[in-house]
Amino acid sequence: METLKKERAASTKQSTMRISGAEAIIHCLLAEGVDLVYGYPGGAIMPLYDELYKFQDKLTHILTRHEQGATHAAQGYARVTGKVGVAVATSGPGATNLITGIADAQIDSTPMVCITGQVARHLLGSDAFQETDIIGISTPVTKWNCQVTEASDIPEVLAKAFYIAKSGRPGPVLVDITKNAQIDEFDFSYEHCKGVRSYNPYPKPDLDAIEQAADLINAAKKPFIVFGQGVILGQAEEQLKVLVEKAGIPAAWTILGLSAMDTDHPLNVGMVGMHGNYGPNLLTNECDVLIAIGMRFDDRVTGSLDTYAKQARIIHFDIDPAEINKNVKADVAVLGDSKVTLDLLLPLIKTNKHESWHNEFKERYKIEFDQIIKNDVYPTKDRLTMAEVIEEINIASGHKAIIVSDVGQHQMIACRYAKFKQTKSNVTSGGLGTMGFALPAAIGAKMGAMDREVVAIIGDGGYQMTIQELGTIFQNKTPVKIVVLNNDHLGMVRQWQELFFESRYASTVMVNPDFVKIAEGYHIESKRISERKDLKSAIQKMLASEDAYFLEVKVEKEDNVFPMIPSGASVSDIRLK
Amino acid sequence: MENKWFTISAYSENSVGLLNRISGIFLKRHINIESLNVSKSEIENVSKFTIVVYTTEDWVRNIVGQVEKQIEVIKAFYHTDEETIYQESALFKVASTLLFDERNIQNIIKESNSQIVTVSRDFFVLAKSGRRNEIDEMYQQLKPYGIMQFVRSGRIAVTKSEMKISTLLKEFNQ
Repeated sequence: METLKKERAASTKQSTMRISGAEAIIHCLLAEGVDLVYGYPGGAIMPLYDELYKFQDKLTHILTRHEQGATHAAQGYARVTGKVGVAVATSGPGATNLITGIADAQIDSTPMVCITGQVARHLLGSDAFQETDIIGISTPVTKWNCQVTEASDIPEVLAKAFYIAKSGRPGPVLVDITKNAQIDEFDFSYEHCKGVRSYNPYPKPDLDAIEQAADLINAAKKPFIVFGQGVILGQAEEQLKVLVEKAGIPAAWTILGLSAMDTDHPLNVGMVGMHGNYGPNLLTNECDVLIAIGMRFDDRVTGSLDTYAKQARIIHFDIDPAEINKNVKADVAVLGDSKVTLDLLLPLIKTNKHESWHNEFKERYKIEFDQIIKNDVYPTKDRLTMAEVIEEINIASGHKAIIVSDVGQHQMIACRYAKFKQTKSNVTSGGLGTMGFALPAAIGAKMGAMDREVVAIIGDGGYQMTIQELGTIFQNKTPVKIVVLNNDHLGMVRQWQELFFESRYASTVMVNPDFVKIAEGYHIESKRISERKDLKSAIQKMLASEDAYFLEVKVEKEDNVFPMIPSGASVSDIRLK
Repeated sequence: MENKWFTISAYSENSVGLLNRISGIFLKRHINIESLNVSKSEIENVSKFTIVVYTTEDWVRNIVGQVEKQIEVIKAFYHTDEETIYQESALFKVASTLLFDERNIQNIIKESNSQIVTVSRDFFVLAKSGRRNEIDEMYQQLKPYGIMQFVRSGRIAVTKSEMKISTLLKEFNQ
């Protein structure tokens, strides 16, 4: 606390007022521009809920049906708005239920502040009712966390929490506030946090490194860009586009980078990674300069590191120094905010075309189209495919929808085939792979972008992990569109069992309930289709609805997602079947 | 890449929970902390973690990156044994009778450069600072006579090169 007090930066000071810690939390949230929080009440957080009740005209609280749902909704909100998502829970089980969402936000760099109630200070360490060491539990999965046991510390800690959550590489912060600190009164004033002395969120760009990067790019014969979420978080979409167009460099996305660049841009060559496109994966091992922008060389992107882009000089743009040389050694590392560093790079870049190199991607695309995409998107077999559903959504929404996907086969298909014109439009659980993410995340995404269509694409497995959030949708009349691609299996695990475990389908067959009836139980208009002739009209009807809508699509049970780089294999060993 | 001894030095704020945050980085990677010491540093209100690990340079680089990433850590470094001046301290509690009955005990005290911290009717306490092998050697020498209690500290180390923490703090605050 001593440090915190020293960190008070000079800024406009509000006149002080004597209020409770709980009321102070509300004023802090309002000062940070928060108008929406997700949460679930309980004993140790009741003083805050009492204030949420009093301030409901200024600050909306959305009651989710489970605390995990509150975190995913906050994530969905943060991912489409770029603002900090806020989730509130009580102590003990309320707090532990946040952990999955926090871990997800940590690995996917999503700005989020979680506020948990805690037993009163005098009860700490006594194993009181609903006491749990949430600071200890959340430490490995938070960017920062802090326990507050005195009301007067609330403003400084929350100011610091918001600053840390959104600055630099964003991430989740948890603030645990004891009940006495919520009840006690103190003289409140609020100052935004302007910096933390031990924390350097925006490394100064190294101009020498930028020059070296430019030299490598200008001299390259086969340059290749892989862009990640760092482009979106750094709001460098325009800079990326200019770089790609000026230097004529083919660019591919990681699943979290998806939507940072128009999917129809002629130099946007698709997705890298385990189920990414054939060309980008294969040609990773043929490029001469690999330019990684705001991505972290996740194992699902690289496959075996021993055989990953060994022939290429690597330029790595990232804001997080710990990512440099973590998985892939960079020949040139450019630290800093992507917008700042790309702005410095662009004037040094020479105009180029690289047409024959670009043609290599086109050739690989043709192969992939003939062997996979054609059958996925324009199937001739009886049963529906996941990809044709995505394609129909693309057509009906004009590439303008926000797509929120869960985890599994449908996610890979959605990320492969969904079309985007606008950034911050693809919301998915990339790093943690959290089944159950999509339904609550779609609620947050819709509330963060009310003027846009939000379509959740979910498998029958993940859907049932957070299906109770239909209650949140019903209560708040949130007009999200929910598409469950039902193959009556845990499809991705089943695919691995088929390919690598001799088709022993251990616990991957799902006997499912009547999803339409369940949606009807929540008074959500719903429909089930299983035939191609009904697909177009069903999607159109769903998107035309002004309310929430549930569409179950019965798809082929044992389809596999290809291409595929088997786990631990080289990107060169990408399989088309 | 072969395993080596590395000393990690991390300059940080003195805050509740930071030790847990830092130890968790080792836990996540299944890497054992061989020794740990936390103390004040040469800069007012800045603490210093001194952590010894036996691992590869790739891993120690990865760990230092993660340690430094923690909000309350100002800067973290790693060094090999050759790049540092390091010591450990140990206390030996031995029965007082030995001091008078066993002539060799006095030789051990002299030759090991240890100090007698206290002498009471029943026991006396020897303090020894030095490298791990020197302390181990003294332990082996005293063992036959019976050691009532023994404790050894974590490694403390200073580096031969500069760490420039004050400059860094100034840069951060600009």
